[in-house]
Amino acid sequence: MSSTATPEASGHSHDDGHGHDGHAHGHAEQNFFLKYFWSTDHKIIGFQYLFTGMFMALIGGFAVYAFRMQIAFPGMSVPGYGRVTATDYNALVTTHGSVMIFWVAMPVLIAALGNYLIPLMIGADDMVFPRLNRLSYQLFLLSIVVLIASFFVQGGAFGGAWTSYPPLSAKPEYNLTPLGAPMWLVAVALEFAAFLLGGINFVTTLMNSRAPGMKMFDVPIVIWMIVIASILFMASVGPLVAGAIMLLFDQTVGTGFFDPKKGGDPVLWQHLFWFFGHPEVYVVLLPAMGIVAEVITTFSRKKLFAYKTVIYTAVGTGALSFFVWAHHQFIAGIDPRMANIFSVTTLLISIPVAEMVFVYIATLFGGSIRLTTPMLWALAFIGEFLLGGVTGIFLGSSGADIYFHDTYFVIAHFHYTFFPIAFIAVFAAVTYWFPKMFGKYMNEAWGKVHFWGTIIPFNFIFIPLFLLGARGDHRRIYDYTHFPDLMKPGMQDLRVLATLSLVVLLAFQVVFLVNYFYSAFKGPKAEANPWKANTLEWQAPSPPPHGNFPEGLPTVYRGPYEYSHPDRQDDHWPQNSPS
Amino acid sequence: MISKYVDSVATFSGDIDHLIWVITAIVGFWFLLAEAVFFYLIIRYAARDGVRAQYVAGEDPKEKRWVAVPHYLTLAFDVWIIFSAISVWQEVKQTMPQADETVRVIAQQWAWTFIHPGADGQLDTADDIRLVDELHVEKGKTIHFELQSRDVLHSFSVPVFRLKQDVIPGRTIRGWFKTTQAGAYDIQCTEICGIGHAIMPARIIIESPEDHAAWLLSQTPATAALTTPTTQTGGMP
Repeated sequence: MSSTATPEASGHSHDDGHGHDGHAHGHAEQNFFLKYFWSTDHKIIGFQYLFTGMFMALIGGFAVYAFRMQIAFPGMSVPGYGRVTATDYNALVTTHGSVMIFWVAMPVLIAALGNYLIPLMIGADDMVFPRLNRLSYQLFLLSIVVLIASFFVQGGAFGGAWTSYPPLSAKPEYNLTPLGAPMWLVAVALEFAAFLLGGINFVTTLMNSRAPGMKMFDVPIVIWMIVIASILFMASVGPLVAGAIMLLFDQTVGTGFFDPKKGGDPVLWQHLFWFFGHPEVYVVLLPAMGIVAEVITTFSRKKLFAYKTVIYTAVGTGALSFFVWAHHQFIAGIDPRMANIFSVTTLLISIPVAEMVFVYIATLFGGSIRLTTPMLWALAFIGEFLLGGVTGIFLGSSGADIYFHDTYFVIAHFHYTFFPIAFIAVFAAVTYWFPKMFGKYMNEAWGKVHFWGTIIPFNFIFIPLFLLGARGDHRRIYDYTHFPDLMKPGMQDLRVLATLSLVVLLAFQVVFLVNYFYSAFKGPKAEANPWKANTLEWQAPSPPPHGNFPEGLPTVYRGPYEYSHPDRQDDHWPQNSPS
Repeated sequence: MISKYVDSVATFSGDIDHLIWVITAIVGFWFLLAEAVFFYLIIRYAARDGVRAQYVAGEDPKEKRWVAVPHYLTLAFDVWIIFSAISVWQEVKQTMPQADETVRVIAQQWAWTFIHPGADGQLDTADDIRLVDELHVEKGKTIHFELQSRDVLHSFSVPVFRLKQDVIPGRTIRGWFKTTQAGAYDIQCTEICGIGHAIMPARIIIESPEDHAAWLLSQTPATAALTTPTTQTGGMP
């Protein structure tokens, strides 16, 4: 990296913790390299995270395509990949899981949207720590370089699943990936460091840089959610980073933290992993919930039902999420009495989450609902996530989990939560904020083609997997023909149906990519506030320049969801409009 | 519901199925109700010319009822599910009925070794019967199992019992089952254990008392030793 590109090049004159005096100077235009590769502009960094996340989604999508083809048609030469061996299969499954969670859901939902939206929606000209922000992305990029390099080293990519349980992950003689396993861990640890930096920035910015007049309860829900999620992430990731270093030492210098022969305990890793891993679910869920709140209020012209309740339930969910982790370990050899406690906490967490969903459904009451593409995505999130939520009850109930644990029922359940979070909500966000990001419109008709081409096959992938899981299909098996009880009539048909639906779903993503990139350059020009929304980002030009608000930073007079107010002719009332 | 597709052959597998049925009925009802209200509202409040959306803050307790009542009902149903789940859990995992026989199950990459106590009913005696990937039990007997692993994590799963328990190197984990029906069924490893994870199937053979006695007679320690895996050197981890 060039040492000539000094941080001063960003031209910031930000005295930390203010952002109120409405200055737009100090945000000079920069040359191409500084603007796109060494930028401290939160919007450019947001785009970098977004496009990197999209690129990683292609890798994660390709991996799932290859291994699902192997499940449906064992032994076939998969077009575009070739024969999938058992080694390949494990590596593909591991890559799919870790990429989709750590390198797609996290960067897109937290980093990309957080970076892009926080300053714009709270009326600030940039993040409080713009250089920290840039460092965060660069570390993140480095983590990807390490991960991708691990595909090409001797022994190949790590294949011990995204949970990386020792002793399998700890010793090359067990996992047969002497380089892939430590590189995977290093990549994950770097990625966590990147998001720690980002999280600090998000929380500080929200606390210090809100526009004058903006009280905490005037902050849009999506910003609340991203910041609560960042706090959850920062509070939960410590044990996992420590665990990752311990595991790295076990792998490379021969310590025995997780090795029973040396007095260690493999189950310790599971506790460290899931102490992070379960709050992590809510780290990505909450921003998705926030996106949905913004979109459904705008397109139903309604005030959000019980705004404060949503925030309290989010905080409640976050706090409870630290006490549920061992539900991943009911049958993992923990003391069976502990399962009772974690079964209770797990079912209790369904209450705030259900309440949030009820609030969103109640918001639709009395609305004036327009089914635009972003609205379709936001509504689909609610409809699909409900199924993901209720099927979690089966797994949180310790008695039923004895049967369902590690079956495809679990896979179907968490894809009914994670797919809505990482894709459905993200498509809602991307289509909703597209006019702001690029100053252009996406094509609505193709947007709807992409919507239905994604939602229909999505259900045809995962409903068969629920059925297969109930019939005993267990996870991470590259060929079911060795199990007589899993080759009963009809079972392979369900596997084929899921795989073919996946291929259809992946094919329809081409529609999105073409629509997205074509519209970004050639789409019809969009005005600053095309959806007639209230929040501050829509009061900035589209796309916003470096510094965001060229007319001076806005002043806030009211909450973000004053739609269809009886005292007002217009059905929207921007937060910064004095009257 | 599950037993339509997967036989139910242990004393507690029916209770697990019943629990799953109870949860399905409860969450299924709520799921369908929520989706019905959701779709109704989308259709009922579709944008129409000249009709303005209502202004509802949802902060008034009268309005909040619409969310608060389902919220308390969720809590009530959660309590019901928790009690049902924990009672099944305690039956399967927290009680150990008196054993008729104890078998040792040793997992390794990528095979199962089952040590049957043999004619004297005692493990670690000369007449122990060691078999690879095949477990023989007598129908109706209460069997205790001792799970051990030589290398990585595995999981001992018998879908027809609805039973699953991870196997951890360095520990012996005990559990039990009591069969209700004769037959041959899958034992699966359900915890990823390396590249051979998919080629670690075993079978459990549940036999009537006569068949089991005949099998026991046919197995002398001398012939059983031949089926012991070559990697095994005697010492338990």
